[in-house]
Parts: sequence; structure tokens; C-alpha cells
Amino acid sequence: MSRAFLALVLRDLRLALRAGGGAGLGVVFFLAVVVVTPFAIGPDLVLLARIGPAILWIGALLASLIGLDRLFAADAEDGSLDVLGTLALPLELVAAAKGLAHWIATGLPLVIAAPVLSLLLNLQPASIGALTLTLLVGTPAITFLGLIGAAFAAAFRRGGLLVAVLVMPLTIPVLIFGVAATATALGGTVPFGTPFRILAGLSLAAMVLGPVAAAAALRVTRD
Amino acid sequence: MKRLVVERLACRRGARLLFEGLGFSLAEGRALIVTGPNGTGKSSLLRILAGLSRPAAGALRLEGAAEPEDFAEEVHYLGHLDAHKASLSAAENLAFWRDLLGRPALGVAEAMGEVGLGGLERLPVAVLSAGQKRRLALARLLVAERPLWLLDEPTTALDVSAQARFAALARAHVERGGMIVAATHAPLDFGPSDALDLGAWRPASPTVEPAPVPA
Repeated sequence: MSRAFLALVLRDLRLALRAGGGAGLGVVFFLAVVVVTPFAIGPDLVLLARIGPAILWIGALLASLIGLDRLFAADAEDGSLDVLGTLALPLELVAAAKGLAHWIATGLPLVIAAPVLSLLLNLQPASIGALTLTLLVGTPAITFLGLIGAAFAAAFRRGGLLVAVLVMPLTIPVLIFGVAATATALGGTVPFGTPFRILAGLSLAAMVLGPVAAAAALRVTRD
Repeated sequence: MKRLVVERLACRRGARLLFEGLGFSLAEGRALIVTGPNGTGKSSLLRILAGLSRPAAGALRLEGAAEPEDFAEEVHYLGHLDAHKASLSAAENLAFWRDLLGRPALGVAEAMGEVGLGGLERLPVAVLSAGQKRRLALARLLVAERPLWLLDEPTTALDVSAQARFAALARAHVERGGMIVAATHAPLDFGPSDALDLGAWRPASPTVEPAPVPA
């Protein structure tokens, strides 16, 4: 069973990295958002440093949603999803494997790019560290919650916007605690650990609930 | 001894009842050829047998399986779609399904040789012809050991020699004690077979308490 799980993760990674797989798209979008922001805000370095973490988190949230609409839809269109329904591997773990591969291909590059992009927004070293850590812990939550929207998008043609509309409300707690944890690096009364632990809890809950809900959605809609 | 048993099966697509009261049983070492006009529910029947959709009524089980009521793991489902990824090579696609389906049988190169795709392992599926893609999908049946093959128009896009070659592979599977349920319009010889004309099981027809097809 773990062999099948691993094979599915590796196939999805391979597909994402091949031409047209779209693995780099999220980072490019992330870069675009962060580069454009200073031009819109103006050259106020203090202001940039203060709102920088929020901008980076919004950019990472939106970039994480890119490609989710095709996650199950591509498998549904070419018939793979039907064969995936006849495995010893339960559909919940199929969804989890695809989620993990999607996060490695799109979420992890965002985490790696974040420290570099932070420099554009005049973030202090302490903030950069906190931001990178919160993104590392928080982006899996976005991807795994996104599985739910991705599963519905497989049933409806042109589900791209549907994913954003379905998933965005679910990710608001992740955004709140992610930004809150990063903000503690600039001072304040709350220690970093408090919002960070809630963020980690949200992430763990999403990793369990996302695949289960996505599998249920796939079963209901594949008829 | 495995045996597929279907009792009082009904299938509804939207508001339309496609068939009801359908019952048959299929023993090891036999094939069932499902025929019938378009829209009588051949594909729907195969999807129900594969556990991919739920019947409106009735029961089905695979006697002799680890879980007789939930036997999706015993099934090779070959639908209209080939389930290939165009950007992966033929061998990568087949190796992936071999890892995922479990209970490995033939190796990737062997299976591709069996369906006449030897030497094309490294080509991306995107450049294969429709018939070659179908052959690769058929090779999936050979890389994992599963007793019940559910085939939906298996020979679409295949040339005459490939059809004969596949029929021979299917006969070998049946001889080894496998089972096949195939929806097809092409006259294929899968060895000892029963016939099921789904057109006769339409709700409007006077088949209220139908006799099972002799197994």
C-alpha cells in the first residue's frame, strides 16, 4: 500500500515537473504579486516592513490555489480516476498522495522563495525567519483544504474559479494565524508560539480532513 | 472457487431506468459478453460491477473474494478512456499502474511485447496512435493479477490482427480461471462464454421475474 502511495506521489511530481505541468507557475505568480506591491504602496520602508508579512501571506495563499482545479479534473478526463477507484489504496489516501505531490511541486517552492522575496518588502531578519516558518507550516493546510475544492472541480467543467470560491473561506483561519505569528516577530505582547501552535494545529487538521472530504466528494460526483 | 453473482440489479441514469431485475452469475473460467443497442446501460453495468457507481437496486457480490461485497480490488476496469498521461512515456505509464494496482504479474517490457508494442517503451504517449494507446491500456490488464476483467468496448481502434491477438490474451486469462465481462459490438471469441442482451432487460419489456442466464 505504501508502495502505491509513493508511486502516485512520484507520478504526480513527474507530471508537474514535465513541460506543461505548471509546477513553476505558483512561484512566478507569487513573485509578480510581491514585486508589484512596493510600486503600489510607494517607497515608505516602514509601512512596507509592517504590511510585508501580510502581502507575502496573501500572495502565497493565492499562489497555492493555482493548479488545484486541474488536480483531479485531469485524472477524471483521461479515465485515470476510474482506475484509481479500483485500488487497494483507499480513495482518501489517493487524495492525500495527490495533495502531498501538489504541495511539494507548488507549496514548497513558495516557502523557499519567500526569504528572497521578503527582501523586496524590507522585512527584518527576525520577520523573515518567522514568515518562512509560518509558510512552511501553513501552506500544507491551504493545499489539503484545497483538495476539497479540487474534487468538486473534477465534476464540473471549468471549475477554476469554483475552487477559489470554495476554498478561500476555509483558508481564512490559516491566513489569520499565519500573519499573526509572523507579526509577533516585530514585538507585541503575544509570544510567537501561541498563534504558531494554532497554525500547526490547523495544518494537521486540514491534512486529515481534506483528503477525507475530497474522497467523499469524488465518490458522490463520479456517478 | 470465485463466482460473480448479480441479483435484481437496477440502474438509473437521471430520471431514466435503464434496466431492472437483472440477474446473472458468472463462474471462474467463463466470459460474459454483454450486448444491446446504444443506451441500454452496458457501460453503466460495467461501472456498477467495478464499484464506480451504485446500483439503484439489487445486490452484487464476488463469492470467494476476501470481501465479497466490496471487490473493487479484484477487478480490472477498462473503460472507454485509456487512463494514460500524455507527457509520460509508454513504459512510465504502464510501470505506474503496475505499482498502483498491486499483485504484479508480467513485467512492463513483457506486457508491452504481448500487445505488440515492443520497442515503443520510451516514446511519450502523446505521439502514439489511437490504436497503440488502446493496446497500452490493454497491457495494463497483464501487469497486475486480478481475476475479473471488466472491458468496455476493448477493441475500439484496434486493427484486425491486434483484435485477434487480444482475443487470444483474453482466452488465456479465462483458461487460467479468470472471468471477463465485456461490453462489445465486435464478434470476439473469449473462450467459453455466456451472452447477455441488455436490450431485453429494459423495464418496459415483459421481464418481471427474469430467469438467470445459464452459467
